[in-house]
Amino acid sequence: MSELACTPGQTVGPFFGMALPYPGDSALVDPADPGAVRLHGTVYDGAGGPVPDALIELWQPDAAGRIVRHPGSLCRDGSFTGWGRAATDANGHYGFSTVPPGSAGGPPFFAITVFARGLLNRLFTRAYLPDGDLDADPLFASLDAGRRATLLCVTDPTGYRFDIRLQGTDETCS
Amino acid sequence: MEAAPQPVASQADISAQIARIAAEDHTPSQAHPRLNYPPYRSSFLRHPKNPLLTVDPANLERAAPCFGQRDVDPLDADLTAGHPGEPLGERIILSGRVLDESGRPLAGRLVEIWQANASGRYHHQLDQHPAPLDPNFTGFGRCLTGPDGSYRFLTIKPGPYPWRNHHNAWRPAHIHFSLFGTAFTQRLVTQMYFPGDPLFGLDPIFQSIVDPLARQRLIADYDHDLTEPEYATGYRWDIVLDRSR
Repeated sequence: MSELACTPGQTVGPFFGMALPYPGDSALVDPADPGAVRLHGTVYDGAGGPVPDALIELWQPDAAGRIVRHPGSLCRDGSFTGWGRAATDANGHYGFSTVPPGSAGGPPFFAITVFARGLLNRLFTRAYLPDGDLDADPLFASLDAGRRATLLCVTDPTGYRFDIRLQGTDETCS
Repeated sequence: MEAAPQPVASQADISAQIARIAAEDHTPSQAHPRLNYPPYRSSFLRHPKNPLLTVDPANLERAAPCFGQRDVDPLDADLTAGHPGEPLGERIILSGRVLDESGRPLAGRLVEIWQANASGRYHHQLDQHPAPLDPNFTGFGRCLTGPDGSYRFLTIKPGPYPWRNHHNAWRPAHIHFSLFGTAFTQRLVTQMYFPGDPLFGLDPIFQSIVDPLARQRLIADYDHDLTEPEYATGYRWDIVLDRSR
């Protein structure tokens, strides 16, 4: 079959707030769940300023490394769907309530999609757990030490911090 | 080095910049927009300067989230409903198919849309365009694609609207689309335009797709077979999701 030409992307723009965020979007698990952790961070622009109009999406396996194929992310019933969405606040900060991803083959990571006004197409990145077997990962191994660090979650008392720098020194690999 | 963006450029400045980039573009045809596109001022500090990585997708990235009937109410596809009265503007039926690069339909996939009202005003607190809000129109909807990958929305045609990229800057009328495929890397957010818009050549967001053939793929077709007598005109727009980063 012949290949079709793909549809180009465009920026999410500034007005997605009425359409894409929804109640419970960032709570993959109840924050009160004993196994819950936070995944959170700040999105920065090339001048080091926060990006208050970004949208972050999260896709991950469950804690056992299973890639779940369970609907219900838009209308959660307590089942883990592996997917969520979080808009940044006025300080450029986003946050999810989730579980640490298990290994679905290779070192565990959160798959992240970044959208923002001023960003003409979405970016994909990976937020690796810091204690995975990262040398075994082809992407991670292909990067120099400075760039590797941009893909690592930092453990904090609530779970994991993953800052996203759209540009500049320590620009997040995408 | 790149020049810092000027605070207020004229349309002539922006159009000249658009033309210069188009003339200098010798890269192989690329579907997606340039992430670094100086005529779109907001891209200046928000584009990665490193080239995008080429990555062999992991198992996780070969899969994608699933959405189902519990996620989406069938009424969500009617943007003209849910208010006391009918929205103002030109009622339209918007339909098409979501396909992969091989032409296979992507069934059961979530499609989300949002848009300005007929006057070019978004129902959003940050939209300062002094055009009227419509109490009967909020401007967002969602649906799941059918077994043949098809989606269908009932809405009104949005108006063009001014923005502050440069002096006298206007966006061509468009509807924002958010799409999911069967792989994480097929995720797409884009904008659909209407045929014959006089603002196409002036708009840095549309022109950030430097390949003119690729730009055309964001423009819906008027489809008289989709038009319903005494009710609404029809526009058809198919979407092809690629797996590349």
